[in-house]
Amino acid sequence: MSAHRDQPPEVDPVTGYDTTGHDWNGIKELNTPFPRIVIWALVITFVYSVIAWVLLPAFPWGRDYTRGLLGLDQRELAVEQFRKMDAVRQDWLPRFADADYAALAGDEALMAQAMPAAARLFQDNCAACHGATGDGGPGFPVLSDGYWLWGGDPETIAETLRYGINATHPDTRIAEMPSFNWMSREERAAMASHVAGMLDGRSDPDSAAGVSFVENCAACHGEAGEGGLDIGAPSLIDEAVIYGQDRASVMRTLFDGRAGVMPAWEGRLSEAEIGLLALYVSGLSRADAEDAQ
Amino acid sequence: MKAIATLTRPERGTALLLSIGLAVLGLVMAAVARQGVMATHGMMAVALGLFLSVALAGAMNEPEPPADRLHRYYDAPTRFGIGLTLIWAVIGMGVGVWVAALLYWPEGTPPWPWTSFGRLRPVHTSGVIFGFGGNALIATSFHVLQRTSRARLADSVSPWFILIGFNLFCLWAASGYLMGSTQSKEYAEAEWYADIWLVVVWVTYFVLYIRTLARRNEPHIYVANWYYMAFILVVAMLHIVNNIALPVNLGTAESFPVWAGVQDAMIQWWYGHNAVAFFLTAGFLGMLYYFLPVRSGRPIWSYRLSIISFWGIVFFYIWVGSHHLHYTALPYWVQTLGMTFSVMLLVPSWASAGNAIATLNGAWHKVRDDATLRFMFVAAVFYGLSTFEGSFLAIRPVNSLSHYTDWTVGHVHSGTLGWVAMIVFGAIYTLVPQLSGRETMAWPRAIEWHFWLAVGGTLIYVVSMWNAGITQGLMWRAYDEGGALSYSFIETVEAMAPYYLLRTIGGGMFLTGAILCALNCRATFRDAPALPDTSERPLSPQPAE
Repeated sequence: MSAHRDQPPEVDPVTGYDTTGHDWNGIKELNTPFPRIVIWALVITFVYSVIAWVLLPAFPWGRDYTRGLLGLDQRELAVEQFRKMDAVRQDWLPRFADADYAALAGDEALMAQAMPAAARLFQDNCAACHGATGDGGPGFPVLSDGYWLWGGDPETIAETLRYGINATHPDTRIAEMPSFNWMSREERAAMASHVAGMLDGRSDPDSAAGVSFVENCAACHGEAGEGGLDIGAPSLIDEAVIYGQDRASVMRTLFDGRAGVMPAWEGRLSEAEIGLLALYVSGLSRADAEDAQ
Repeated sequence: MKAIATLTRPERGTALLLSIGLAVLGLVMAAVARQGVMATHGMMAVALGLFLSVALAGAMNEPEPPADRLHRYYDAPTRFGIGLTLIWAVIGMGVGVWVAALLYWPEGTPPWPWTSFGRLRPVHTSGVIFGFGGNALIATSFHVLQRTSRARLADSVSPWFILIGFNLFCLWAASGYLMGSTQSKEYAEAEWYADIWLVVVWVTYFVLYIRTLARRNEPHIYVANWYYMAFILVVAMLHIVNNIALPVNLGTAESFPVWAGVQDAMIQWWYGHNAVAFFLTAGFLGMLYYFLPVRSGRPIWSYRLSIISFWGIVFFYIWVGSHHLHYTALPYWVQTLGMTFSVMLLVPSWASAGNAIATLNGAWHKVRDDATLRFMFVAAVFYGLSTFEGSFLAIRPVNSLSHYTDWTVGHVHSGTLGWVAMIVFGAIYTLVPQLSGRETMAWPRAIEWHFWLAVGGTLIYVVSMWNAGITQGLMWRAYDEGGALSYSFIETVEAMAPYYLLRTIGGGMFLTGAILCALNCRATFRDAPALPDTSERPLSPQPAE
């Protein structure tokens, strides 16, 4: 087969331009002059680029790079913007590093400004476990029901926030529900029924399980299972148990034990932010109580 | 196996040897790995190799193709490639709609690990980019290469090796992700042995392309071939450099990249953006430059513009990857270069889009009446829109708003749905009747339905993601007068719900159109008139269409 040759140009009737004479399986091309507007667009974008290269850091130069006439450095810019934003917060946020929470809570103007910010801080840092409104979740305590394992005043909450529970901080709070797997299965089953029954008062304190409860459990949960000792042990006569108080859940708790973790926030949040959150969290149950009325 | 009938007996022998070789390779992989992802992938190769061997051995003594086949184009691989394109379209886009639905409805995540969001998402991206886009590029490149060179493919076995080998790579990649295997590089998640396999396939592809081009009976190389060659060559370069890694040992699907820290990030986005440039742009511009003039029956508006835009796109694109890393640990000067080259890149991009649209001058009545040509017109328009958006988003202060938001997702999909997929559908609706020896598709009305589903779906998708992204970006950076954040992160997530629902609907419409296209193509291929060798066309210039 002989090589295909270019054909003589012909005039395209629609545009009036010549074709190039190439023919690719029927495809032809017009010999249109290079459009002016494309050249201008190239010139404009190139001028923009040259201006950017002159003003900004742009080209490597040995072990250094061209700094640009504006002398911008993105690290300095970032730090400067952070400082500027931080300065805006200076007239209210640092006051929450002060531990006199009663005085802070009494300053209504301050609280009106700070509490919306605290709500966002709570949602960004606490809500993953405790829920966006502090309603808790399976295995995580409710913060809005007025029931506290360690105490609900702002000072105590701040301490929980700072050091955590069963956390890595040296001053962490420690609370453990030990495993009772040394009990026989029958004893555990009887105990589980007893504990599950405490919710609606069906349990008999004089039964064998009731006696065993006083011997083994009352030190932390109280003689009647009323809790409230602020050492991390829940009441067993209301809805405070976060792992469930049905018979099967209690069986599991008795066998495996429990040691939930609340991380320590010291170093991750500033002292002022911890104070702010402590006031906010202590207010969650009060807000709920007010709603109930 | 009609395809085997197109091979001569010695070619069948070569193919049989290659198939046995594949089975042995798979067996070695499975034996070295013993268990895990790599062993599964080895057994997949064994199964494929055995299946091909049995098929070839059984057909070894069937009649040979006619001797004058060498004076005809070889279209059987193109037809096979289009079938694979459509299968991957349904898989890739189907998984895309699935993950979009999961974002709106995360509770719907099934409880087993294989279908978690993190594993499904790369199945979507690799499925549509490599499975759908890659097969479409390979299939159409064989067609365009032969027509514009007036030469038959340089040999008959390697096209099959390329297509089957490439799809084995896609299958290894997608099934590996589901089993939890990834090297955690976006759009390059496949592990080291799959990467090496792809290099072998890709080099074969390049050699076949160059050999065929060398046999051309035309004095010049048509611009579409420049684009296809840039696609093949640069993708090889990007793939090799970004995937250099040290396997933990030769029997595991785990490896460590040799790149580390900010260099790794830069190499990754040099790869990532040029995958957009040379996989998702250059190859598809080659497709556009062939099928648009063929379908419209119009000459390319400007020869000069087509050539200069090609070199402009190739030269500018390779610099711009750093715009993915604005405001990061990457040095400021690299960011400035990425930003300025991205802005200059707009000129050759728009020149190409403009050249395509100006080519339609004199054929607007066809655009109005012919849904196939309308697909190509819309593709050119979306190409122009998304390249403008890309240059705009690459400007640092704009990027500070858009980065990490769904605006990026919207931008990518205006390119991939509006431009890449539309030009593929235009090419498919042009090619499939031709390859079946028919005048039209089996269901011409379904093309119209597909067109409007695709355009509607793309618009709903892109507009909802623009809204989502800009809303997100503005909410993230909003502070109240006291300097505290105005919104918590979860509030910015909740605000996305309506947009994520709309996105799922738009994607679902696009998927419906693609399924319609696949069914239409199947019906067309099945309803081909029983002419002898309809796919083998004489090597002569054909009238357009």
